[in-house]
Amino acid sequence: MRFTQPVLGRRALAAAAAASLSGAARAQGVSGKVTVVTSFSNDVTAPFKRAFEAAHPGTTLEVQSRNTTAGVRFVQETRSNNAVDLFWASAPDAFEVLKKAGLLEAYRPQTQGIPDTIGPYAINDPEGFVTGFAASGYGIMWNERYMRANRLPEPKEWADLAKPAYHDHIIITAPSRSGTTHLTVETILQGEGWEKGWATIKGFSGNLRQITERSFGVPDAVNSGQVGIGIVIDFFAFSAQGAGFPVKFAYPSVTTVVPANIAVVKNAPNTAGARAFIDFLLSVQGQEILLEPTIRRLPVNPAVYAKAPPGYPNPFNGTIGLPNFRFDLGVSERRYAVVDALYDQLVGTNLEGLKRATKAIGDVETRLARRDNPQARALLEEARALIAAMPVTADEAASDAVAGSFSGRGGPGPRQAELEQRWAGFARDKYTAAAAKAADAAKAAG
Amino acid sequence: MSLAATEATAATPPAARLRRWAARPGEAVAFGLVAVFLIAFLVVPVLTVITVAFQDRATGGFTLAHVGDFLSNDLFMRSFWNSLYVSLMSVVVASLIALPLAYFTTRFEFRGAVLVQTLGVLPLIMPPFAGAVAMGLLFGRSGSLNLLLGDYFDINIPFMEGLNGVIFVQSIHYFPFILLNLSTSLRNIDRSMEEAAQNLGSHGFRLFRRIVLPLAMPGYVAGASLVFIKVFDDLATPLLLNVREMLAPQAYLRITSVGLEDPIGYVISVVLILFSVLSLWVSSLALRGRDYATVQRGGGGLARRRLPRGQALAAYALILTILALVLAPHLGLFLLSIATIWSFAPLPDGYTLAHYTRVFAESSQYITNTLVYAGLAGLIDVVIGTAIAYLVLRTRMVGARWLDYLAMSALAVPGLVLGIGYLRTYFGVTLPDGTSLAAFWGIIVLALAVRRLPYALRACTAALQQISSSLEEAAENLGARRLRVVRRIVLPLMAGGIAAGFVTSFATAAVELSATLMLVQSNADAPLAYGLYVFMQSPAGRGAGAALGIIAVVIVGLSTLVSHLVTARGGKESA
Repeated sequence: MRFTQPVLGRRALAAAAAASLSGAARAQGVSGKVTVVTSFSNDVTAPFKRAFEAAHPGTTLEVQSRNTTAGVRFVQETRSNNAVDLFWASAPDAFEVLKKAGLLEAYRPQTQGIPDTIGPYAINDPEGFVTGFAASGYGIMWNERYMRANRLPEPKEWADLAKPAYHDHIIITAPSRSGTTHLTVETILQGEGWEKGWATIKGFSGNLRQITERSFGVPDAVNSGQVGIGIVIDFFAFSAQGAGFPVKFAYPSVTTVVPANIAVVKNAPNTAGARAFIDFLLSVQGQEILLEPTIRRLPVNPAVYAKAPPGYPNPFNGTIGLPNFRFDLGVSERRYAVVDALYDQLVGTNLEGLKRATKAIGDVETRLARRDNPQARALLEEARALIAAMPVTADEAASDAVAGSFSGRGGPGPRQAELEQRWAGFARDKYTAAAAKAADAAKAAG
Repeated sequence: MSLAATEATAATPPAARLRRWAARPGEAVAFGLVAVFLIAFLVVPVLTVITVAFQDRATGGFTLAHVGDFLSNDLFMRSFWNSLYVSLMSVVVASLIALPLAYFTTRFEFRGAVLVQTLGVLPLIMPPFAGAVAMGLLFGRSGSLNLLLGDYFDINIPFMEGLNGVIFVQSIHYFPFILLNLSTSLRNIDRSMEEAAQNLGSHGFRLFRRIVLPLAMPGYVAGASLVFIKVFDDLATPLLLNVREMLAPQAYLRITSVGLEDPIGYVISVVLILFSVLSLWVSSLALRGRDYATVQRGGGGLARRRLPRGQALAAYALILTILALVLAPHLGLFLLSIATIWSFAPLPDGYTLAHYTRVFAESSQYITNTLVYAGLAGLIDVVIGTAIAYLVLRTRMVGARWLDYLAMSALAVPGLVLGIGYLRTYFGVTLPDGTSLAAFWGIIVLALAVRRLPYALRACTAALQQISSSLEEAAENLGARRLRVVRRIVLPLMAGGIAAGFVTSFATAAVELSATLMLVQSNADAPLAYGLYVFMQSPAGRGAGAALGIIAVVIVGLSTLVSHLVTARGGKESA
């Protein structure tokens, strides 16, 4: 994707110039309407719209707010007569779907000073279809009034959330509903390995109060105090604090960083305008807008942090602890739908059973802390193993027989619904057995 | 149901003789137009999406394997029974709420009857997201009520949890369907029926149970079947309460998962559609073979009586209690719209008008758009609803009943499916100025009209069922042409029902989101529900979203009041 067209080079330069001169120069060839489909809220889009239109007089940024699903569907359904220039959202999976469907156009901006990776995560799509312009860290958000009323200690680490004290106080979005939660689950699985990773995930999932179907449902519930603790992206918590809600937020010592992305849609009516907007996002001026309190995302240009207010988290200097392994995009892509479906079947539809078993184990655990009993401990370990048991191995999950069932195309394996039925039944039996084991342990503990 | 009612109405000709007109040219044209409308804007778009349910993934050929998967999956079968249970129980609870309101306000001299009727419609207008937040703040586990109960009695009542929570919220939300249709029916009852029964010594509850209620059955059944189907197909409330083991949320979650092309979601949609049509058929069986038409008109329905002082007080107390319960969500919404911060507390921390200032500054176009879109959609709905009702009840046209079923199936089509279908069908069609038909705001109006048509249709059908065709025959005998008869006799007599239909369609269209979110293509063309969605995506927008919700409620409330007043005056004039 070198500058095969001379026009393009001039435009990129002009855009950069426009950005650095704060809109003094008018970018040549960039004009008219730039249409962007986005899942970002008004708080995020409005400042960018204002600044971009000021930097490029004569252009208007037409913002179409849609949730991610509706946005992806819209681009898919309108491909025959596409009127959208840009797709602008967080969810990496949404971009993956569009890219696979051949609905995106590659563009590699020539902005200087942006590294290839943040921790283990690549910022841009390796083939140039998707550009990361900001990042956000995952963390734990809680409602202070709720915590005080329920006498809960402030959680610090992911592992804390599995403790009995937090039973029924946590809320999360399902990975199948939120690409960012999916990324967190996948990070745990890659960081800890398939078996141990799922044990961790089911460990805190057993304490969940709710699994919401939209990612904003999590901060909503914590803000209003319906649930005490939410697993959220940082800016949800910060913007809630900014609005005055009594909430706090902490990054665990190791966490996930998710990119926020933008991509040019294939056959865009205003490709030049679309590219200019991406250039603008990556320019120093554009990156600085990210620091505004209502947006508060992490710039991908490390130099911009110099202008950030004190205490602003910075994934490039270790303020946010990142896992020290290489995130394998290939593995992640192969088993994407399988991981989602496993979570939905093992946790989502079996949440009651999982919670019952977790609660039973937690109760015995609390008693053992006061008076230890080796036999009861052994039984508890068996109960935990039952909860952790997986219906498929890591290899099977990525195999054609299993992953192929989720592709929507024909495959050698069983249909999706058959697999799901099998997995849900598997989990139900294991959780019932785990609860029984915990009851035995309770008897042994006396 | 009591035979007395049937016999009491035996003075009018039996149903079979009503259908003596063969298809006239005008009726055939009406049939054709309605059929074309439904096929173009409901059948074709939906079929383009849900055929996946019957497609083999490998070959693209026809298969029933996915249906087999549905039937053999525990989760789906459990969801099905849960949906059925919740829908039936919601009808029962909604009836308990609606019956007293309808009965007291239509049958007795009751101050503020119009106000009660108007307020009774408001629960239908539960703005998306904002309404959910308000309900949670009042009735949730950490809601005002439970926080107070916890402080004083140390108890916590799970109003909003599990299937019972769904029944609670759905009943509060949808009882106006019964209230509106039943009130209209009660007003249309011939007073002589009641007087005859009284002369024979019947009074009090027996009179109500044996005469009044049976005669009002068309309205009640229309409302109850709407509640049943709507609750069966509704996904917003179960999702809000995090109840997934019901059919509609299962379909929704599968259809809206990014990148997954799982046919089961569409199989569930087909099941929902079939079941809605089936329950409609069952409810029509309940009315079959009975004649509800009455000859006397314009007497203002049942004689209104004055209640003795003690009873009047009791009636007011009962009605105020019910109103307080069903309007609590709107009170919560109002508090939210003037609150600074409201979090884990019985009441907000402070109050402000800033949210309203922000809304009026940023989004006045939403309000105009909503009025235009919902108003047009309501008009289309009552026109088509009246046409279908007329074709079904007054002609012997083959297939008229199928139009009815077809139109009602719209209730079961998820908004997202309709939205995708519209894009798929109409995005390639360009208007003269080169833009796509799907980008034209009129397509939003059509989507709203199709989605809300069932409400108007049931109301119009119930209204026509209560008009005796002998009135039309009389007019024809006097030489009036059919069109003139329809215009001068049928439509004026149906006015109450048509108004009720318009109000329900208009009110619910004003807060529709799922199809709208798919079809809106520019901020300038967006309706209020879309603006609400945009606001509610950020914590700072919660108050503004609630303010926009309150504005929607006020607008729709005022429109309802006006249409009640117009109907009331119209009723007097025709007398």
